[in-house]
Amino acid sequence: MDLHFHGPDATLTERSVVDSVLGLPPSEGPGGLRITRDEGHHSLVQRSKLLPAFHAVQNRFGWIPPGAMDYICRRLSVPPAEAHGVASFYHMFTLKSTPPTVVHVCDDVACRIKGSEGLCTELQHALGAEGWKRSPCLGQCERAPAALVVRAGETPSATSVAPANSQSLLAARAADLPASADTRESIRASVPQFGSDNLRLLSRVGRVNPCSLEAYQASGGYSALTKGILQGPEAVIAEVMASKLMGRGGAAFPTGRKWEAVAKAPARPHYVVCNADESEPGTFKDRVLMEGDPFAVIEGMTIAGLATGSEQGYLYIRGEYPQATERLKHALEAARAAHLLGPKILGSSFSFDIELRSGAGAYICGEETALFNSIEGKRGEPRNKPPFPVHVGLFGKPTVINNVETLVNIPQILALGGEAYSRIGTAGSAGPKLFCVSGHVTRPGVYEVDFGITLGQLIQQAGGVAGGKAIRAVLLGGAAGSFVGPDQLNIPLSFEGTRAAGASLGSGVVLVFDESVDLADILLRIAAFFRDESCGQCVPCRVGTVRQEELLHRLRSGKPMRSYADELELLKEIGQVMRDASICGLGQAASNAVESAFATLNPMPKVAQIR
Amino acid sequence: MSDDSLWFRPPPRPSHPPIAPTPVETPRVEISIDGQAVAVPDTATILDACRSIGIDTPTLCYLETLTPVNVCRVCVVEVKGSRTLVPACSRRVEPGMEIQTNSPRVQLSRKMVLEFLGSSVDLSTAPTALEYSSRYGANAGRYGPAKEAALAGERDAREPGHHHPPGSLHAETVAQPVKIDNNLYVRDYSKCILCYKCVEACGTDAQNTFAIAVAGRGFDARISTEDNIPLPDSACVYCGNCIGVCPTGALMFKSEYDLRQRGEWDEARQTKTDTICPYCGVGCTLSLHVQDNQIVKVTSPLDVEVTHGNLCIKGRFGYGFVQGGDPDKE
Repeated sequence: MDLHFHGPDATLTERSVVDSVLGLPPSEGPGGLRITRDEGHHSLVQRSKLLPAFHAVQNRFGWIPPGAMDYICRRLSVPPAEAHGVASFYHMFTLKSTPPTVVHVCDDVACRIKGSEGLCTELQHALGAEGWKRSPCLGQCERAPAALVVRAGETPSATSVAPANSQSLLAARAADLPASADTRESIRASVPQFGSDNLRLLSRVGRVNPCSLEAYQASGGYSALTKGILQGPEAVIAEVMASKLMGRGGAAFPTGRKWEAVAKAPARPHYVVCNADESEPGTFKDRVLMEGDPFAVIEGMTIAGLATGSEQGYLYIRGEYPQATERLKHALEAARAAHLLGPKILGSSFSFDIELRSGAGAYICGEETALFNSIEGKRGEPRNKPPFPVHVGLFGKPTVINNVETLVNIPQILALGGEAYSRIGTAGSAGPKLFCVSGHVTRPGVYEVDFGITLGQLIQQAGGVAGGKAIRAVLLGGAAGSFVGPDQLNIPLSFEGTRAAGASLGSGVVLVFDESVDLADILLRIAAFFRDESCGQCVPCRVGTVRQEELLHRLRSGKPMRSYADELELLKEIGQVMRDASICGLGQAASNAVESAFATLNPMPKVAQIR
Repeated sequence: MSDDSLWFRPPPRPSHPPIAPTPVETPRVEISIDGQAVAVPDTATILDACRSIGIDTPTLCYLETLTPVNVCRVCVVEVKGSRTLVPACSRRVEPGMEIQTNSPRVQLSRKMVLEFLGSSVDLSTAPTALEYSSRYGANAGRYGPAKEAALAGERDAREPGHHHPPGSLHAETVAQPVKIDNNLYVRDYSKCILCYKCVEACGTDAQNTFAIAVAGRGFDARISTEDNIPLPDSACVYCGNCIGVCPTGALMFKSEYDLRQRGEWDEARQTKTDTICPYCGVGCTLSLHVQDNQIVKVTSPLDVEVTHGNLCIKGRFGYGFVQGGDPDKE
């Protein structure tokens, strides 16, 4: 490839930052020699280091200077136009000079009803336009309102502040706050059931030191992997099949079938990917698992590697989760040191390792094929399916991709036995399930319940609506899910139960709104979210999300262009084409919440529409 | 090294003419399209199958010479058993597929896609898109009057994940000033439907130059050089293959653009003459588009084996000498 560069040369610092990720160039010259042997595979693997290199530069300088960008392109043989296309896709990368410290304030649904707008106004007063940014859901909904303070420099840091107020944010911005030294206390607040003996998935969270492999093993950790290695891959897959485990990321695909398809795929190598890009507004269960029980995620992934004949795994975690990233980094090192990762695990012939990859701010990268593209150093644009990941996945190879919660279920299944596991929950939805309860409830947090509990029971478990107010609506399944009204609290929370009610569990979001909420404002925020997060690849989603937001804005401001009924008809048509013709789930679900609200909740009453 | 060493000796002439390879029989797949049974090779796409029986399926981002990207979604069809509609251009046929190409769902999606494009992009030089729009009854006007155009460079500076909330009742568009930074072609991204064809032609599907890529995200996604630098500073080699594949006139010969600006562009007065490029020995077919005895643009037919529609800067732009112009003055 004959690359063309125009920018300034990289400074020494810029070079050393890039080299710290990519290793020293193989020759003295800037960029070093081009490696010609085995060019195809080499360049594929090289290209996948694009995002890690961007992260290193962004963390050091607070933006990606053109010299550093060119140097990265030279080192990785990536055309500058493509690299620019990739960097400009992710909202945590900045391409113009920016102050080193930026406060990202979540103004998404859960934080919005807890005063994030006031926070934004205060920051605007204190800091001006630079120095802070709005952010989509930061996954701290149980402690809303939330913010993330990102500081670039020689010792870069990122700190989640929740619940945040302007004083705590300005203090966090001014001082380099060390991350909380206590590893167990702080997370207990996120698990209101803490102390209960009936927990499976959350049993270690807040109780077992997440930074200690010994503590994990002492609490039964890694016994499932030992068992799996003894039993062999076929038996592991048989157990997972028998467990009737279905994916917890939102699509609810049977995990055993996925694993079996990859195990049987003739192409090699196989890959395991853990989808930890939890970005669905209102979702924080995976964060709590990764912060509170990181070894369980790694053990689940390792078992997936064993079952599917993979030697390499990738854990793709969203860039907004600094603490979970740290915990996982530490856990990976500890597991590697104890030979629980790497060659010949536990003395068997099975070798497996995991590479941690950080996202950079793009909801769409939670879509599995977009996530592959992101790992590969490309724009996070979803691929067309078929072919499915089990046949053509990461680097074009058979890939099993599972959500964090799904993988944490795996050690449970091997410990209990698949058949026994399948008896937990309902006939159509086996197992324990985590729900992210937030909004106007007394005790927001992650709740572990068996499938089949009703929505109302779960809300009661969370202490009901705070202040004794009435429920106006519940957002079930996240922004891509749907609204249900107070008359539907008897919906059983199971895949089949919600489907029968025309809703979906999605990623397990239960966001409760009391009667004081301005539902129209919430709908506009959801519409804006999808417009911001659309990757822009296909027309129905790229333009449809804009037209949907514009239409809601017209209704909200009481200036419809035509009769109210005609506007609603147009809204339906916009929803229909996005659902029918978009490439991926983002576009297909972008009108779910809006349409469901209009169907039952009358969020923008007609009386307000008189000109 | 002597000339009679083994590897310099030509191979012996075959004693008989080589036999033509037997054509490989591709297995055929039985499918039904709009109730009609069709047998097509198993390598065919739904689009191939539709075309084989004369069903005119609209396409915008599809081109025979490029890898299908299935992003415009105007070719979607309904396949029985599929939750969503599927893109005909990239989806392979499968045995027993039951396809509807004109169901109400298909018609609605095509109409809406064309309305979305018509309401956000200037389609005035995209006759195909305009024809589809009237075929499916697209009414781009129902999203409100167009918002005022962005200033030069404004769209290129937009950050992913942020947008100004709609403050008026106007429909957002991609309108912006034309980018004129060289004498060979202009880039009018007000007319860009983001079909990815130019990026593909600049990249691995034809030229392998990689001067442009898609940048930004969502509605602000755009075709861009690195950091939006002008073309002369970029890797562009002016092969013009991006112009050749552009379906909307967003990429346009400067000669055509100037004539259009002066109101003198008139396709009815133009002739098209195929000839062979005189520059090198490859022998590319050139189609000279001539108006008033002046070459106004040069293309190459897609179905010519030598070019597949692609040319280089000389064939595409180096025609000044034909008209007797002094190259030093140009």
